[in-house]
Amino acid sequence: MDLTFTEEERRFRDEVRAFLEASLPAAMRHRLLEGLHVPPEDTVAWQRILFRKGWGGPSWATEFGGTGWDPVRQFIFEEECAAAGTPRLLPFGLKMVGPVIQRFGNAAQHARFLPRILSGEDWWCQGYSEPESGSDLASLRTLAVRQGDHYLVTGQKTWITLAQHADWIFCLVRTDRTGKAQAGISFLLIDMKSPGVEVRPITMLDGGHEVNEVWFEDVRVPVENLVGEENKGWTYAKFLLGHERANIAGIGGSKRELIRLKRIAAEERKHGRPLSEDPFFAARLAQVEIDLMALEITNLRVLSAEAEKRAPGPEASLLKIKGTEIQQALTELMVQAVGPYALPFRIEALQDGFAGPPVGPEYAAPLAATYCNMRKTSIYGGSNEIQKNIISQMILGL
Amino acid sequence: MHFNLTDEQRALSDMVQRFLSQEYASDARRKILRSPEGWSREIWGKLGEMGLMALQVPEEQGGMAPATVETLLTMGAMGKALVVEPYLSSAVIGTALVRGLGTPAQRDALLPAMATGERIAVPAHGEAGSRHDLSRVATTARRGGAGWILDGRKAVVLHAPAADLLLVTARTAGAGDAQAGLSVFVVPATAPGVKLIPYPTIDGQRGADVVLSGVELPADALLGQEGQAFEGISAAFDLGVAALCAEAVGVLQATLDATTEYTRTRKQFGVPIARFQALQHRMADMLMHVEQARSMSYLAAMHASSTDVKERRRMVSAAKVTVGQACRYVGQQAVQLHGGMGVTDELAVSHCFKRLLAIELSLGDTDHHLERFITESK
Ligand SMILES: Cc1cc2nc3c(=O)[nH]c(=O)nc-3n(C[C@H](O)[C@H](O)[C@H](O)COP(=O)(O)OP(=O)(O)OC[C@H]3O[C@@H](n4cnc5c(N)ncnc54)[C@H](O)[C@@H]3O)c2cc1C
Repeated sequence: MDLTFTEEERRFRDEVRAFLEASLPAAMRHRLLEGLHVPPEDTVAWQRILFRKGWGGPSWATEFGGTGWDPVRQFIFEEECAAAGTPRLLPFGLKMVGPVIQRFGNAAQHARFLPRILSGEDWWCQGYSEPESGSDLASLRTLAVRQGDHYLVTGQKTWITLAQHADWIFCLVRTDRTGKAQAGISFLLIDMKSPGVEVRPITMLDGGHEVNEVWFEDVRVPVENLVGEENKGWTYAKFLLGHERANIAGIGGSKRELIRLKRIAAEERKHGRPLSEDPFFAARLAQVEIDLMALEITNLRVLSAEAEKRAPGPEASLLKIKGTEIQQALTELMVQAVGPYALPFRIEALQDGFAGPPVGPEYAAPLAATYCNMRKTSIYGGSNEIQKNIISQMILGL
Repeated sequence: MHFNLTDEQRALSDMVQRFLSQEYASDARRKILRSPEGWSREIWGKLGEMGLMALQVPEEQGGMAPATVETLLTMGAMGKALVVEPYLSSAVIGTALVRGLGTPAQRDALLPAMATGERIAVPAHGEAGSRHDLSRVATTARRGGAGWILDGRKAVVLHAPAADLLLVTARTAGAGDAQAGLSVFVVPATAPGVKLIPYPTIDGQRGADVVLSGVELPADALLGQEGQAFEGISAAFDLGVAALCAEAVGVLQATLDATTEYTRTRKQFGVPIARFQALQHRMADMLMHVEQARSMSYLAAMHASSTDVKERRRMVSAAKVTVGQACRYVGQQAVQLHGGMGVTDELAVSHCFKRLLAIELSLGDTDHHLERFITESK
């Protein structure tokens, strides 16, 4: 047993570090590390920087223009990016629709869609959930009716992350209403500029706009935008899920936030002494750090199984639950750390370059909003309750 | 021992709840939050007409103090409706400061108008370096001008933008966290040298940092005796904690009710999600938190005016610990059980969640009161 990276893997890590050091613009890094608003331009610009380096598809095979990295290298890359404070790469193209098109799409779809994901030209969003179909996704009702060389799509998707910036949406749609719910679903790619597509914003509890309703009214979608076979969409969606959950634990991001929390705790005072020396707070902080250590090793175990070509299985559920619990615990402790200065909430102070009068330490401004916002992580991507159902059924066989 | 209310108490509680359910429903509240001032003078005036601002004012100044149970009931109703008006700051803590520290002449001068709600007076106490320590005050008051000159900066003064008067704690002697040498001054919010940096708080209330630069005050701005204010501050804030615990119980119950209601109606997999045992147990745990918090809110209310100071502190801290933990658990689980709807601004649940967060952090967080409970138990 060896819990460390190989010599070669360490060399790779150094290469990534050196690249990030040289190529990550300071302003982007600042916004991310300080919890400020990250504009969509950052996300696109960062994808383009990676693309120029040949790293636009860190998890893609070389035949599709990817890096061809194994799971351990992909993991190292993501960890280093998180630690350095790069904008998060959009998962919707790279980790979701990309792999589905590669595996189940035809040559024309490969040529048309994949390069534009790598180069950052196309922004994708994920159109699965509907108002009546959240955890019970297979009950979805958005209808696609074949009429000659196109489908007519009508229905409503909801909770669509960053659809307001998207060029394309990949949707699960119902193409057959007879038989089992899972058997009548297809995987359709829809141009957001198509007539009949409407995006309506949803305001989050922190006042932010990151999710939307997407309405379709008689939207004409050419049949060549169907991925794979009609009524096989559920199989593709399940395949996608495996990819979506890769690196779901978010170890790198949590390590970065842990460092930030320690920095805050050293600055803050309790009874006139550094908060980091307060036994109550120190114990809470240590507990999260220990949980994170355990999760990191668990994550490496899953990765090494994957490297031996065992597909990421239901263990991914464990990583998702513990990963999100740790992310949430870190935001709780940050709020606690700054004391009363967690309460002021000036949404304009979350914009980079805010020039208003300071209120409390600069790092305090986004913390309560981040705490509120991060409650989403145990809800989306398959809620933590649904993950526990998967563990009970698939791992424990109950 | 009995936990029953008198007929008058029940009538008061019904009256406040009825009023708030009519005039402070979710849409009306949203409108108030979005208004430039962020609170409603009209609602405040009507709450005043009901006599609610007089509950902590002594009879001599036209009030009903001590009206412990009535305050508990009022705070509970305000919690349920997520009221943002400055009741806790002015009608509870501010009133208790004036009542506890003021000379008879000062009480006569200040309290009658506070009892009707015409005058709003809020404590301006916490500072950047004080966290939750009550005696760690760096703001100074020195003799000069016609009486006193104040310098310092107060942090996160809730409801300061609504206040006519700020009850500013300042050092007339001592340093650091010494209890001796603390005094309280009555400062008009419009006095020269007083500057407010106002902002909304995460839960939709309004607050401000208050900068005091050479604020000149007359001699009688000093509330009571010079340098002797610590015990009065401590008593007023303990009463505030007890009232906050009562408010929390109102929010907690509303949060739990919203969650059971939502899970009964939301269907997934062909059944109401309330049918999933995993969620049933979660809601059972929420209920236990609410009931434990309710019990402790009674305990805090009963001891909030106790003359046994050590015992008062111990009980109030015990209550705030239980309530703080309930706020966290119930708030988080309520959002979780609402799924995506829980993290939107649209439903009441996220507003409850944010108020519960603010309550947990206000007037001493859970760790602060855990520590104080240990200290006072020695
Ligand atoms: C911020 C955010 C971003 C999102 N982004 C996207 C996106 O880009 N694209 C997209 O398609 N979707 C997206 N989603 C939707 C997300 O996938 C759903 O919210 C999620 O699947 C839960 O569905 P729901 O909200 O309808 O909750 P519900 O399914 O109604 O669940 C409510 C509660 O019931 C519990 N529950 C449900 N079924 C069971 C069960 N069988 N056993 C035990 N408990 C159960 C849940 O765990 C939850 O606590 C996003 C959601 C959020 C909050």
